[in-house]
Amino acid sequence: MPITQILFWILSGLTLGGAIMVIVSKNPIYSVLYLVVTFFAISGHYILLNAQFLAIVNIIVYAGAIMVLFLFVIMLMNLNKDIEPRKNKWLKLAGTIAGGSLLLVLTAVLRDTELKTKTAQLVQGDIGLIGNLGKVLFKEYVLPFEISSILFLSAIIGAVVLGKRT
Amino acid sequence: MAIEYYMFLSIALFCVGIIGVLTRRNAIVVFMCIEIMLNAVNLLLIAFAKMHHGIAYAANQASTAGIDGQLFVFFIMVVAAAEVTVGLAIIVMLYRNTHSVNGNFLNRLRH
Repeated sequence: MPITQILFWILSGLTLGGAIMVIVSKNPIYSVLYLVVTFFAISGHYILLNAQFLAIVNIIVYAGAIMVLFLFVIMLMNLNKDIEPRKNKWLKLAGTIAGGSLLLVLTAVLRDTELKTKTAQLVQGDIGLIGNLGKVLFKEYVLPFEISSILFLSAIIGAVVLGKRT
Repeated sequence: MAIEYYMFLSIALFCVGIIGVLTRRNAIVVFMCIEIMLNAVNLLLIAFAKMHHGIAYAANQASTAGIDGQLFVFFIMVVAAAEVTVGLAIIVMLYRNTHSVNGNFLNRLRH
């Protein structure tokens, strides 16, 4: 078994294990920390696929900025104790069965696609490097790039308006 | 790596997110589950981009096929970052008004 496949399975286990621990943990702080583990594992997947720019952006934006924001909100609001009320067990079971059925249906549908013989190119291929992505981003996708700055402006204004004590 | 492994990994990750949204009531944990689902989609987009690039790479090594998929992932991350700021501001506002982040309180918005 080549090293890339071993890495793929390790990273997949980390990703799924972290994601499951996020929804199992009672304490929201532990959920955030397990989510950071998940995001780092997904970044590892990106590096394995040689999408280096997106791997770094994933670490900076998700594991850095967004998770720190979550941690700040949880700690500032003092939510790190178990405040979740005891909830109907059957409702939880129903939610799990519903999600599991979706997993079952999607897996069954996609089991026999014609994509079966295709492979994702691992380590080689340089479309994920910053230089190549930047050229396309600032030539063909420059308008969406600028529009996303307006989106950020509106998000900033929205956060300020919502967060202001009225 | 066969593309179907990436498909099944992404589907499993997405379904974990859906189960979290359906079973948890803490608004912050629900929000984190939405992030998990977004990341599942991102992972599959990059895997497909590399699949297309691998096919084009075999014919021509200078090909840039599949670069659009990676840029879509970049824009999804941009939108997710904007979404998180507004969503967390809404959760903070909810906590100020109700002193709880229990999602069940949200149904009083109906009245």
